[in-house]
Amino acid sequence: MYTQGLDSKADQGAQPSPRLVTDNDIRFQERIDAEEKIEPRDWMPDGYRRTLVRQIAQHAHSEIVGMLPEGNWITRAPSLRRKVALLAKVQDEGGHGLYLYSAAETLGVSRDELVEQLLAGKAKYSSIFNYPTLTWADIGAIGWLVDGAAIMNQVPLCRCSYGPYARAMIRVCREESFHQRQGYELMLALANGTAEQKRMAQDALNRWWWPSLMMFGPSDDQSAHSAQNMAWKIKRFSNDELRQRFVDATVPQAEFLGLTIPDPDLRLNAETGHYEFGAIDWSEFNEILKGNGPCNRERLEARRKAWDEGAWVREAATAHAAKRAQRHLKNVG
Amino acid sequence: MTIDTQQALFGFALRLGDTSLVLGHRLSEWCGHAPELEEDIALTNIALDLVGHARLWLSLAGEAEGQGRDEDRLAYRRDVFDYRNHLLVEQPNRDFGHTIVRQFLHDAWSVELYERLATSPDAGIAGIAAKALKEVRYHVQHSAEWVIRLGDGTAISRAKTQDALDRLWPYTGEMFEADAASSALAAAGIAPDPADLRAAWAARVADVAAEATLTRPADGWMHKGGLRGEHSEHLGYLLAEMQFLPRAYPDAVW
Repeated sequence: MYTQGLDSKADQGAQPSPRLVTDNDIRFQERIDAEEKIEPRDWMPDGYRRTLVRQIAQHAHSEIVGMLPEGNWITRAPSLRRKVALLAKVQDEGGHGLYLYSAAETLGVSRDELVEQLLAGKAKYSSIFNYPTLTWADIGAIGWLVDGAAIMNQVPLCRCSYGPYARAMIRVCREESFHQRQGYELMLALANGTAEQKRMAQDALNRWWWPSLMMFGPSDDQSAHSAQNMAWKIKRFSNDELRQRFVDATVPQAEFLGLTIPDPDLRLNAETGHYEFGAIDWSEFNEILKGNGPCNRERLEARRKAWDEGAWVREAATAHAAKRAQRHLKNVG
Repeated sequence: MTIDTQQALFGFALRLGDTSLVLGHRLSEWCGHAPELEEDIALTNIALDLVGHARLWLSLAGEAEGQGRDEDRLAYRRDVFDYRNHLLVEQPNRDFGHTIVRQFLHDAWSVELYERLATSPDAGIAGIAAKALKEVRYHVQHSAEWVIRLGDGTAISRAKTQDALDRLWPYTGEMFEADAASSALAAAGIAPDPADLRAAWAARVADVAAEATLTRPADGWMHKGGLRGEHSEHLGYLLAEMQFLPRAYPDAVW
């Protein structure tokens, strides 16, 4: 899955503060320009570190929160083959969360700190997961569109200047592209199915199309940190470039499914070869960022409930480990 | 009642398929809600294994029956009274302690069963068992370690885990109960008599309970009925949820 909101102006976490450029800064930028990977022990500007922590943490949180809307359909998957595929997919997402948290930890924050920020409502995760999964077709639409959009964003991250993040993303991307194909195949079965199944597929496309476009974040002219992040090679392409790529790749896929993209302004520009699309309703996006999406409350409540109800289990594990260590000491002493 | 080998295979595979499926379903209910991320992944992974086993057993059952029912037909179009799972596995998750104790009591049984089935002269059974065995060995290690952590953890965790053990114990007898299918296969040397698994199961459970500082409950009265389709009220809700789509759209292919 994917994290967005990185470039929102409302987000103050990594605003570069004006300061003097030091020799370290210059050497750092030379390494970046030479496409060298930055590793955890290397010197890096505070802003670079903060930006990465924020982005990787948002990404990790997105994976974890993203388990909820899809997990919502595991017990109702309509065939055992689909059930197994969905279980495996959601498990992959938990795994992505794990190694992204680990990548963030190389920058000097602990997973517990990051999780606390999420549960306190102080950290962001991808807004896409604040939409509900209402029918089975939503599982297909998430795989096809949401994972499809995620891949557009994430493939360039495999070349991110920060080594641990880039390496984590290589594995994430491999799995995401598998999920995307699975999601599309699920949609295909619905599109080729009964009239009711086709209706289900169209309804899911109607609801997920615009939120998927919003996953790429605000338009370039509204984006706060793009220039610095591009210079640091944390980001390689602008939000609008990636969004356009996604639209160009996805429209023919929808046509192949025989489904209609819910945008009356969508048309192919024969000259540019790109699809032009209608205006995005950013007010909806901004409301969700503010916490007013259909499922914002439910998602965080579910995470908090799991965390709170699991407290006695984690305490038991800690207590047991301490007892073991003590017994071991006694035995060797 | 005597039954022929195909009927026995059908009944036997159904019992194992249904038991795996229902337990896999229960574990999958945890997905996204476990006490920590590692456990979220582990429980989902075990659910995945169990549903995988269910697919193999139900496919085998369908073949043995010879009436054209495949894994999905068997999973999604039977009502409670045709399900043959053990009552233990349909018991609700309640909390992590109940889930783990239920899992351990089952895993300790399934590892003994699959070890024996892996050498069955029936190639179909032996093949499934050999594959499943690798996975259930990991399952029992995982659940046993958690029983020990929770039992020998804090006072609270110990009390919760003991409560789970006491509550679930009366559902363990059924795992060792013979039915017409298992008796026919035992007589033919294809599968063990379920009662033969008890000693090894009990020894493992006793060891883990002792290390977990838990008291092994006395063997008193045991719940039965799963093997003849008389279940607890919980299974109906589980199936209603699981079977919703194929029931609501009976002509659809997914």
